[in-house]
Amino acid sequence: MLGSWLAGCSDTDWQTKDISGLMPPLEFDLTSESGETVVAQAFRGDVTLLFFGFTHCHDVCPTTMAHLDSIIGELDEEARGDLQVLFVSVDPSRDDPDTLREYTANYGPEFVGVTGTEDALNALTRRYRVTYSHGEKDETDHYDVSHPNAVFAFDREGKAQFLIRESDPRKVVIDDLRKLLGRRLGA
Amino acid sequence: MWELERVVGYLLPWEFSPAWAIACLVAAGCYLRGLKRQRSKGQAPDLWRSFAFLLGVIGVYAVTQTQYDYLSQFMFFTHRAQHLVLHHMAPFLIALAAPLPVLAAGLPVRSVSLPGRAMAGRVLGPLYRLLQHPLIAPLLFVGLIYFWLIPEIHFDAMLSRQLYQIMNWSMLLDGLLFWWLMLDPRTPEQGGLGYGTRILVMLAVITPQVLLGAYFTFSERVLFDVYDVCGRAWPIAPLTDQRLGGLLTWIPASMMSVIGILIVVRHILAGKDDANTGKADPERGMTQP
Repeated sequence: MLGSWLAGCSDTDWQTKDISGLMPPLEFDLTSESGETVVAQAFRGDVTLLFFGFTHCHDVCPTTMAHLDSIIGELDEEARGDLQVLFVSVDPSRDDPDTLREYTANYGPEFVGVTGTEDALNALTRRYRVTYSHGEKDETDHYDVSHPNAVFAFDREGKAQFLIRESDPRKVVIDDLRKLLGRRLGA
Repeated sequence: MWELERVVGYLLPWEFSPAWAIACLVAAGCYLRGLKRQRSKGQAPDLWRSFAFLLGVIGVYAVTQTQYDYLSQFMFFTHRAQHLVLHHMAPFLIALAAPLPVLAAGLPVRSVSLPGRAMAGRVLGPLYRLLQHPLIAPLLFVGLIYFWLIPEIHFDAMLSRQLYQIMNWSMLLDGLLFWWLMLDPRTPEQGGLGYGTRILVMLAVITPQVLLGAYFTFSERVLFDVYDVCGRAWPIAPLTDQRLGGLLTWIPASMMSVIGILIVVRHILAGKDDANTGKADPERGMTQP
């Protein structure tokens, strides 16, 4: 582990943050925006982007979703068909399947909302070593939720590949996404 | 009852690691057994030494195998506090306790005649002497702090569970080696490092830590974005988090060297008094196994 890390983890030179070898494959057991149970295996065969947020977010979530939507718009139609963006709501008490569906409808068809019980969400956030927390309610019952701002990218086999940070230039993200989408299963 | 459950909840590991739990339990268990055996022979060390050793072991356990570990993973300043314990305070207390005679007395009799013991000694002996060289030890001590705080390295270490464990273990083991060399109860005549050299080594590690801590404290930009990427344990301004972490890297870490130097100066003065009065200091020159 230490040797491969020091030598550089991946056989692909990602321009965004390479997380291959650092993070485990995609695994979860959540509820989709259609109200059905959904597991990570359902997304095998597609490139998957994973983002944690909540629909009442006023800054990071809408900015990141719009940014991803616009980047995906620059990809070929065929590539777009092989891409899924999982918006994992860490605020399940407000983000029921209907709310999630309405929210992701603002973006392209690649966007899928998922959420789950506290245990299921904690298992997923622990797996990717991220965290979230809920703030105090104000007089209108509104509360803030702190959450990670990164987007995790997984290949068609569900293996972690790279991480997109807010500071990553647009061109770099597009290049890495094209490269990842260009890889076929078993390649 | 609910309060009790909450307290117990805080004491449970965030990520259970058998290696940390076993190391702490074996160290404490072995020490307590040795203490009992030595007491029965009337050879028990001073109470404060036992207290220092157990406090050091509890400190290691507390920052690695309780919910504190969660805070260490999702906040920079709490991470720096974790390393302050693993690399400075806990090893300092353990070394100050001079625990080897007690630990040796607590070892199972069978372990003394384990096969391969002599071979392991022959292999590890030269490595140990290299790491304890008065030029290598401070380089390693400061070098490890700097290494794990290179932003890209730090990013990977916080993202990967295995690297995170390697980072924490490396800090504890290096801390034990360094403070053991500095607070070695043997006098220079008995094979311990010269007192003047110890003072120079502890002075040498202060400046790099002050510079690094000051750099984090006064930096106007966020250097460690992993805490934004992964989320923070509670909402705190990133620069405030970094500045608090900088202060912890700077002040208490350097103070440990100052305390170490004062202890060595005390040894020097006690040695002079002994020479003048012809008495031996019972706290110094403890026989090591």
